[in-house]
Amino acid sequence: MTLKDIALLNLRRRKAKAAFVLAGLMVGVATMVALMSLTQTLTEEINHKLEKYGANILITPRSDQLQLNYGGLSLGGFSFETTEIKEADLGAIKHIKNAANVAAVGPMVLGKVTVNQRAVLLAGVDWDAAQILKPWWKIVGQRPGPQEMVPGAEAARLLGLKTGDRVSLAGRELTVSGVLAPTGSQDDQLLFTPLAAAQGMLNKPGLVSMVEVAALCKDCPIEEMVAQIGRALPGAKVMAIQSVVKGRMQTLAHFRSFSLGVSLLVALLGGLVVLVTMMGSVKERTGEIGIFRAIGFRQGQVMRVILTESMMLSLAAGLLGYLLGLLAGELALPLFSEGHGGHIVWDPGLAGAAVMLAVAAGVVASLYPAWLASRLDPHEALRAL
Amino acid sequence: MSFLRADNLSKTYGSGEAEASALAGVSFTIEQGEFVAVMGPSGSGKSTLLSVLGALNTPDQGGYFVDEMDIYSLNQNQRADFRREYLGFVFQSFNLVPYLSLAENVMLPLAIKKMSRGQRWDMAREALGRVGLAGKERRLPSQVSGGEQERAAVARALVNRPPILLADEPTGNLDQATSQQIMELLTRLGNEGMTIIMVTHSPECAAYAGRLLSMRDGRLAGSSPQAAAALAACTAAATA
Repeated sequence: MTLKDIALLNLRRRKAKAAFVLAGLMVGVATMVALMSLTQTLTEEINHKLEKYGANILITPRSDQLQLNYGGLSLGGFSFETTEIKEADLGAIKHIKNAANVAAVGPMVLGKVTVNQRAVLLAGVDWDAAQILKPWWKIVGQRPGPQEMVPGAEAARLLGLKTGDRVSLAGRELTVSGVLAPTGSQDDQLLFTPLAAAQGMLNKPGLVSMVEVAALCKDCPIEEMVAQIGRALPGAKVMAIQSVVKGRMQTLAHFRSFSLGVSLLVALLGGLVVLVTMMGSVKERTGEIGIFRAIGFRQGQVMRVILTESMMLSLAAGLLGYLLGLLAGELALPLFSEGHGGHIVWDPGLAGAAVMLAVAAGVVASLYPAWLASRLDPHEALRAL
Repeated sequence: MSFLRADNLSKTYGSGEAEASALAGVSFTIEQGEFVAVMGPSGSGKSTLLSVLGALNTPDQGGYFVDEMDIYSLNQNQRADFRREYLGFVFQSFNLVPYLSLAENVMLPLAIKKMSRGQRWDMAREALGRVGLAGKERRLPSQVSGGEQERAAVARALVNRPPILLADEPTGNLDQATSQQIMELLTRLGNEGMTIIMVTHSPECAAYAGRLLSMRDGRLAGSSPQAAAALAACTAAATA
């Protein structure tokens, strides 16, 4: 028989009250865990997407003209023929401060060509970089060699091209090595060749029309990288293309603040449940506390019995609440996540925080009832029997 | 020097017109190993005296000394330590904790002492054995008779081997045969050297004591060393 045993035996005797406190705290912890783990999992998902997003920095020639197109409708005014970036200058990107965060640099040269009497845009790309920059590209056939080309799905349809066809293009005979599967983007309208081949055909040796850069930006400062590249390429315009992701991250930040607020509120309510129940329990046990005091329990030892009870309950509530919260988060994840088959991220830090929060809420809420119990006049307490 | 000394103890409850004097200048001494009965009509101050002697109820005036310790000059925790080391309580309504077994109830005073579980268990079993409850260690209070509950309460009071046992109407809720068993048990403990102070309404129980303190209106009406005289004094006090 120790003080811990007394606390445990009392909890066993007052099962209904213990269950009420347990449920109150458990719901609080579960809510917190569900919201926090959802936020954390969604953030991880977005970070993951961000890394797989491909290009997130775009470098184009600096132009003094306003771009006259909107929603895919071009009214002229922007011309790829006017200014170009020198391919040799791109080496400077390797020397920026955050060069380690640069996953790929994809130069592209663009120019108008005619195929079967139809004007079409030819794009010369670095196919190695394209694998990183455009991971969603899927070629039905082979990657093009120096004398080969790959049309976008729409271009292939309109020009009647299929794998193995030979096409006369800018005075050269090219073989269609494959067709780019539909991407839903402007890429469907283009013809693609290796960069050097396109530069030759378009008579733009050593020049590129635009450059796409993939930065691994989970933790890197993308705006800072844009500035660094801008300084390395003073004649070019450098932009970050992450507005969608940024907007989503902002929404998540709001959701995180909301989760934190709701968690604190629910923890407060859990604490109030503990406070009210423990106050009732102390009142009910006045006589018992009188006995404890009469047989020599110090005030601190009476407090320890009450606090041990709430600590045991809170600990159980923290552990069970964490598991319940994970389950709730797992069930709720499909409602919030865009991905399929995702899982709540197991986070030992959150588990520890949940248990600590439960114990802290339980113990703090029990301090006043425990203090009252310890201050009971033993003579009066015994008279209550 | 006396083992226990009450020196002009006074205690008043309420105030103004509702003021009632529970103790009015009570003084006496008790030697180690004495078995003292305290008798008197209802409201005479017996229970207040016992709670003051139990370091549970601070007197308004006067001093209470045990082993030359001024009990009411001690702080709350020191008084708790005094109760743990010096006192065993037996209450009229047993006051066993209902959710603890008899053995666990008996072990309560040991819960705050540094000793192993095995030692606690051995001491509880021994104490229950001394009051004739061997084999009933794991029963809950609700599973035994009133007499057995009272004996368990005595076992809890003596498990710590305290030098003083304070008993408040220990046979108040028991039948005659069970009362006799409890009184014989207390007499045996007194013979073993324990100082026993027992509040009782029963002259038959008081007859087991070596000395009688008679209370009336918060004052000590008399102190008699012999059982027969005690009974006579008690009867006189009750009919006065």
